[in-house]
Amino acid sequence: MAIPVSESEVANQIKLTKDDFVSDQMVKWCPGCGDHAILSSFQKILPEAGVKKENVVVVSGIGCSSRFPYYVKTYGFHGIHGRAAALASGIKISNPELMVWMITGDGDSLAIGGNHFIHVLRRNLDINIMLFNNKIYGLTKGQYSPTTPTGHKTKSSPQGTIEHPFNVGELAIGAQGTFFARAVDTNPKMMSAVMLEAAQHKGTSLIEIMQNCVIFNDKIHADFTSRETRDEYQIHLEHGKPMIFGKNNNKGIVFNGNKLEVVTLGENGITEKDLLVHDKTQWEAGMHVLLANMKPPHYPRAVGVIRAIEDFTYEEKLDQMIESEKQHSKIKTTDDLLNSGKTWDI
Amino acid sequence: MTSKEQKVVELEHVVVRFAGDSGDGMQLTGSLFSDAAAIAGNDFATFPDYPAEIRAPQGTVSGVSGFQIHFGQKEIHTSGDLADVLVAMNPAPLKKNLMWVKPSGTIIVDTDTFTEKALSKAGYDSNPLEDDSLKDYNLIKAPISTMTKTSVEDLGLDNKMILKSRNMFALGIMFFIFNRDFASADEFFEAKFKSNPLVVESNKKILRAGYNFADSVEALSRITYSVEPAELAKGKYRNITGNVATAWGFIAAAERSGRPLFLGSYPITPASEILQELSKHKSLGIKILQAEDEIAGIVSAVGASFAGSFAITTTSGPGLSLKSEAIGLAVMTELPIVIVDVQRAGPSTGMPTKSEQSDLLQALFGRNGEAPCIVIAASSSANCFYYAYEASKLAMEHMTPVILLTDGYLANGSEVFKIPQVAELAEINPPLAKPNDENYFPYRRDPERLNRFWAIPGTEGLRHRIGGLEKEDVYGNVSHDPLNHQLMCELRAEKVARVADYIKPQEIIGDESGDLLVVSWGGTYGVMIEAVQEMQQAGKKISLAHFHHINPLPKNTEEIFKRFKKIIVPELNLGQFVLYLRMQYQQFTFHQYNKVQGLPFMVQELVDKFNQLLPEED
Repeated sequence: MAIPVSESEVANQIKLTKDDFVSDQMVKWCPGCGDHAILSSFQKILPEAGVKKENVVVVSGIGCSSRFPYYVKTYGFHGIHGRAAALASGIKISNPELMVWMITGDGDSLAIGGNHFIHVLRRNLDINIMLFNNKIYGLTKGQYSPTTPTGHKTKSSPQGTIEHPFNVGELAIGAQGTFFARAVDTNPKMMSAVMLEAAQHKGTSLIEIMQNCVIFNDKIHADFTSRETRDEYQIHLEHGKPMIFGKNNNKGIVFNGNKLEVVTLGENGITEKDLLVHDKTQWEAGMHVLLANMKPPHYPRAVGVIRAIEDFTYEEKLDQMIESEKQHSKIKTTDDLLNSGKTWDI
Repeated sequence: MTSKEQKVVELEHVVVRFAGDSGDGMQLTGSLFSDAAAIAGNDFATFPDYPAEIRAPQGTVSGVSGFQIHFGQKEIHTSGDLADVLVAMNPAPLKKNLMWVKPSGTIIVDTDTFTEKALSKAGYDSNPLEDDSLKDYNLIKAPISTMTKTSVEDLGLDNKMILKSRNMFALGIMFFIFNRDFASADEFFEAKFKSNPLVVESNKKILRAGYNFADSVEALSRITYSVEPAELAKGKYRNITGNVATAWGFIAAAERSGRPLFLGSYPITPASEILQELSKHKSLGIKILQAEDEIAGIVSAVGASFAGSFAITTTSGPGLSLKSEAIGLAVMTELPIVIVDVQRAGPSTGMPTKSEQSDLLQALFGRNGEAPCIVIAASSSANCFYYAYEASKLAMEHMTPVILLTDGYLANGSEVFKIPQVAELAEINPPLAKPNDENYFPYRRDPERLNRFWAIPGTEGLRHRIGGLEKEDVYGNVSHDPLNHQLMCELRAEKVARVADYIKPQEIIGDESGDLLVVSWGGTYGVMIEAVQEMQQAGKKISLAHFHHINPLPKNTEEIFKRFKKIIVPELNLGQFVLYLRMQYQQFTFHQYNKVQGLPFMVQELVDKFNQLLPEED
């Protein structure tokens, strides 16, 4: 969320279109890469984000996804590997009026930049993070990443990986993230909706975008995104609505007191009333972690906004602290400081 | 101040060292003694000698905490070599500090603490107060603990509390010896223990008891010393440590440049006080991120700089290593930041509480690619203020990262500082791009300085993208063009080289030509000037060129070197500045003198070394 500008400026903003955010640089991602759709959705929502175009900053680290800032006509900063969160933090703290978007990937934020990633979430700076998860290292040409499934064969794991993958949502919520959403690169409508909600959220918003790398990890998300699987293995969570999915809208999620369970409506006397109702605002993180962790074949994969709670942000607390110190401290200028405490004349 | 027949000897300068266990309050004792020196109009410099451990075992040599003050009626440049007077509160501090006492110097001990147990803990086989090992010193045996207790027995305080004020008894003795006034210490007690008048009274009494005790000791009462006021310029003064001076220099630069100050930093010895000091002054609008690591410290600063803040990061050697890649990012994006490296003894974790000058080559060259940085070094605790200020000015006006080198000695040491007025400091004019400037391109440069312009997010009509990838000259699009890359590397190097046009020429202290030129840099200034001046007074043709600007070097450097028969470069490393000078000035022979013991140079060892290079006297 950024500070709204004056009404005339907002009115002016409404006239903006996607084209106002398309830079003159040639987009150099591979044909068929999921990034193209993400970029397009992002450029479409910016005119609706309610900020001056000069107040948008797009920041990235390193990786295929991190070329993103060059293609968006805003202020942009393509950083170094893993450090986008630190870069974004400095920008946001420096000027809280800026709407800061951070573009990153599973390698950039979960491996080399893991430390900054958890700490930006913990501090709850009002930054919107889009993490493109393709479960592979693309720009370095095909090594496994921290989200690659165990046993998966890649160039650096020809016999299969022997590591436990991170679940992005579980990690982010564990790091006290206040907003976590998941979207799929093949569903632009949902991506746009989630991006706009992330933009409005006060605090760090994390969107995990399940993005397909056609070259090094094609169809890695097919178990819940392909034409054949998406109805049975994808559930769109909507706040205040029961958790229903399936081709015939006859499946649902219940909590059996111990864990989540998939049920079929009409079987064993199950009705819609028995199903869990999604509450993205629930402070206690347990249910959100369970939902974020669901995956095929035993569960559908959850998409949509899973967690969105309100809490204070780092930059607002800091600004309040500075204001209060300005009011109460006797030291108003550097000269005051230099002459404070014990001094003597000669 | 005393009624007895007494000889007062005037001294030019004196070194006093207070030493005790970590809990004995030696830092406070030292600072109250410094206050009294300030009131007496002396110039002075101090250095605290903390143990590396937070609470090392009591009574052991590793738990000893010390405070040294060098004060005088002449200009004081260092906290002093060897002590004229050592106050040792226990056996361990005596054991640890005896090597730092002048031959025939005065040693004052609390005899009550020299028990068998304490002696063995300190590693003594026999009691040094009883065997003859201290016979060459002027040993004053004072039952400080007992007398402290006796002096306030009427106040009804508990013993433990009373013994905490043992240090004030020792301070009283020192006040007598140096004819100091009680006023500044009394003032301190009244302010510190405002809510507890009994404690105020007890401290005052103990201080006076120490004073009166000294008056009654024959060895002390016959002679006391006076150190007359130093000839300091008129003005307002304060005492300041290097780290505080550094922090304040940045605050002044932010105010003068009109850019808000941002610090991204991760705590590290001996740089943390800069972070702590700046954290205190949020009333001046300073924004601080105590980052999750050294890398986030600098990267957040780069981000803040992009967003229009004057951004800095503070660290010590190991942290500078971690920041290398991000310094390269600032070089590439041509954004102003200042990186402070408070050097300590390395490599790796090294000796964190000990000082060294061994990060110079890292500061100059420790990055991938052609990544030149401006490198400057402060040379005294007080001038850390001015070099932090200059680092800020150069970073902002030339749009490039600056590395400011200080060290553990400057950082923790303190000095008398003449308080400047901010309005008198040089102007700082950051090259801000103008809103809606149609001629703005991210890498269009100022023709003189070659800096690019600072286009701050939020400004209308200047949306642009920068980053770590090589950029096309002027337009700033990503470019892998071979000739463009060479051009950009050369431009970045030339931009830094041209800073030489904007810095002061190198100064020579002494004659402009002669037999020997001492070339030094950074925190060794104090000891160099003392050694060189001592030799000049003895008629030697020796001069000093002490460098603050390392990259670029001042333009007259070569001219200066030419005029001396010999050049020696003493450094607290194995020869880093000398290597750099040899690289640039191959026509000269540079002698070197190097010390890496985590200790400063001593005046005498320098004099001896320099004399070896001078012509034999007839």
